[in-house]
Amino acid sequence: MRPKQTKSLQSNTLAGWLMSGPALLLITLFLIVPFLLAFWFSFTNQRLISPNPTQFVGTSNFEQLLGVGTLVLQPEKAEDGSLVVSATGELSYPRVRDFTRNNPDFQHLNGMREWFGWEWGNTKILVLARDLVFMKALTNTLFFVAIVAPLQSIIALLLALMINQKLRGINVFRTVYFMPVVVSIVVVSLLWRFIYDGRSGLLNNLLQFLSFGHFQPVDWLGNPDTAMWAIIVMSIWQAVGFHMVIWLAGLQNIPLTLYEAADIEGASSWQKFRFVTWPGLRNTAVLILVVITMQAFALFSQIDVMTNGGPLDSTQTLVFQAVQRGYEQQNIAGGSAISVLLFLIVLTISLVQRYVTRER
Amino acid sequence: MAAVTSPNQRLKISLKYLLLILVAVIFVFPIVFMVVSSFKPDLQLLRDTSSFNAFLPIGDISLDNYFAAFRRAPVGLFVFNSILVTSLTVVGSLFLCSMAAFAFVFLEFRGKEIVLSIIIATLIVPFETIAVPMLMVVNSLPWIGGNGVTWGWLNTYHVQIVPFLADALTVFLFVQFFRDLPKELVEAARLDGASWFQVYSMVIVPIAGPVFATAAILKFLAMYNQYLWPLMVTQSEQFRPVMVGLQYFFQLNTAWGEVMAYLSMITLPVLAFYIFLQRAFITSIASTGIKG
Repeated sequence: MRPKQTKSLQSNTLAGWLMSGPALLLITLFLIVPFLLAFWFSFTNQRLISPNPTQFVGTSNFEQLLGVGTLVLQPEKAEDGSLVVSATGELSYPRVRDFTRNNPDFQHLNGMREWFGWEWGNTKILVLARDLVFMKALTNTLFFVAIVAPLQSIIALLLALMINQKLRGINVFRTVYFMPVVVSIVVVSLLWRFIYDGRSGLLNNLLQFLSFGHFQPVDWLGNPDTAMWAIIVMSIWQAVGFHMVIWLAGLQNIPLTLYEAADIEGASSWQKFRFVTWPGLRNTAVLILVVITMQAFALFSQIDVMTNGGPLDSTQTLVFQAVQRGYEQQNIAGGSAISVLLFLIVLTISLVQRYVTRER
Repeated sequence: MAAVTSPNQRLKISLKYLLLILVAVIFVFPIVFMVVSSFKPDLQLLRDTSSFNAFLPIGDISLDNYFAAFRRAPVGLFVFNSILVTSLTVVGSLFLCSMAAFAFVFLEFRGKEIVLSIIIATLIVPFETIAVPMLMVVNSLPWIGGNGVTWGWLNTYHVQIVPFLADALTVFLFVQFFRDLPKELVEAARLDGASWFQVYSMVIVPIAGPVFATAAILKFLAMYNQYLWPLMVTQSEQFRPVMVGLQYFFQLNTAWGEVMAYLSMITLPVLAFYIFLQRAFITSIASTGIKG
């Protein structure tokens, strides 16, 4: 048997490449080449249609995106050294645009806009950004991931525990909870526009009904304070069934004998969860956290259908901006630079997650 | 077992069901709202959102919105396009990805480890971030068809199919499944003189039903619900799928009843399909996670 096997091993190379070749060719052409192109474009001034040839511009796209600076403003003083106070008792500060518009002493701040700031005594400290929309997209995306990843994982686990009970008809509930997963996110987003509508939306009407008319209607998607939360709630609603099912598979993989042993020891429900269920779900937990994190970073369709990044850029996201610039504004270089940064962020986070959750 | 339930236990079980039903309501109400609204004239539809009538098929109920939707847009064409593109992509990708996975698991060839790890690594690239460069790629590719050689793939069926015939997730699913199969199956068939392709098609494929179902369902959902890519590559009506067809209902005056009718038409068949095959759907999603 031995010699025959070595013979078949030798003939493997050709067969191996022939059988995997078609898939490899397609993945190379439609995944790896576009990815490498995005990398290359991010160092050029590529546009979709341009009369001028494409030029290599080094890291200037990234400097444009990531450029930040600080500006320390002291209150203005009158000639005698006392602070200038306005009629309403407020201190007066120099205007930011005197520093950011062609000020030869502050070249590094040229073109920047105020991002956020705070006060230190009478001193104002401002953080300026060169590309304010990008910065908002970046912080919004990180916020979305930071909320959705843990929240959706936990809700999915609670749902999985609920439908893992031995009750008659439990499969019906399992089927229902999973249903939104098979509905397109575009369809879901359109439906939820009715739920979130500011005047006669279903959510406002429900809250008014529950509060006996005391609730003041909110334009959930039109208010910068609530828009991102509205997107978060809807996104969880749509996707949580998927992760519920993965948790459920994990739950059902835990040997029943462990629960029987715990029963003999007289363990409470919480103790059974803490010492049997949870340790048994470790691998599942890691997988779910990684998957949700990846999916959350790709937030796009909901934004495109529901808010277009507004109001006041409160729902801008990295992927939405990458598509806006690369496709709508035909600024391929700018869109690609965002894609590359997003990719680096996701890669870093997945490496960190892998390190933190490694088997010890 | 029901005979021994005390009143206390019965209360506990009732509370459990109450909670289960409340959660179920949260998950179905938008879908009920969609279907119910699709039968109502616009004015009533908007008025009803202020009460629980939004979820009840009462008032002026008719199929008018459905007829109007067909008049406004070539709904049949969009559905046909979606079914064509989705089914061809699902069938093609199952074949190509399972064959590649077979090679990665059962054949020894130089470089397969590194190639496989590159494929797995691409799982973390969101599609939207490479959509624009991909648009440039397909725009400069040749195609040999009825009109001889043509350049650029925009406004065709194949631009919606070929780029998705192989993807990392599908390859990964098959690799995971094949790794658990006993190697002896393959060795025995090889000793009997079967070619590698015969081993794949006559030994492995017949026992890989569950993973084919999983991959088919996931691919079906991803393809049917695709949005950004068909929006970019189908400027002409002739090739548009259902999700792009939605735009027709927001041009000029938005008629919400028609929107709801169209949404119902493109969603309910998938939901029916899901409910019919719900066990397969759910076990297939679950199987993606078991290894962890």
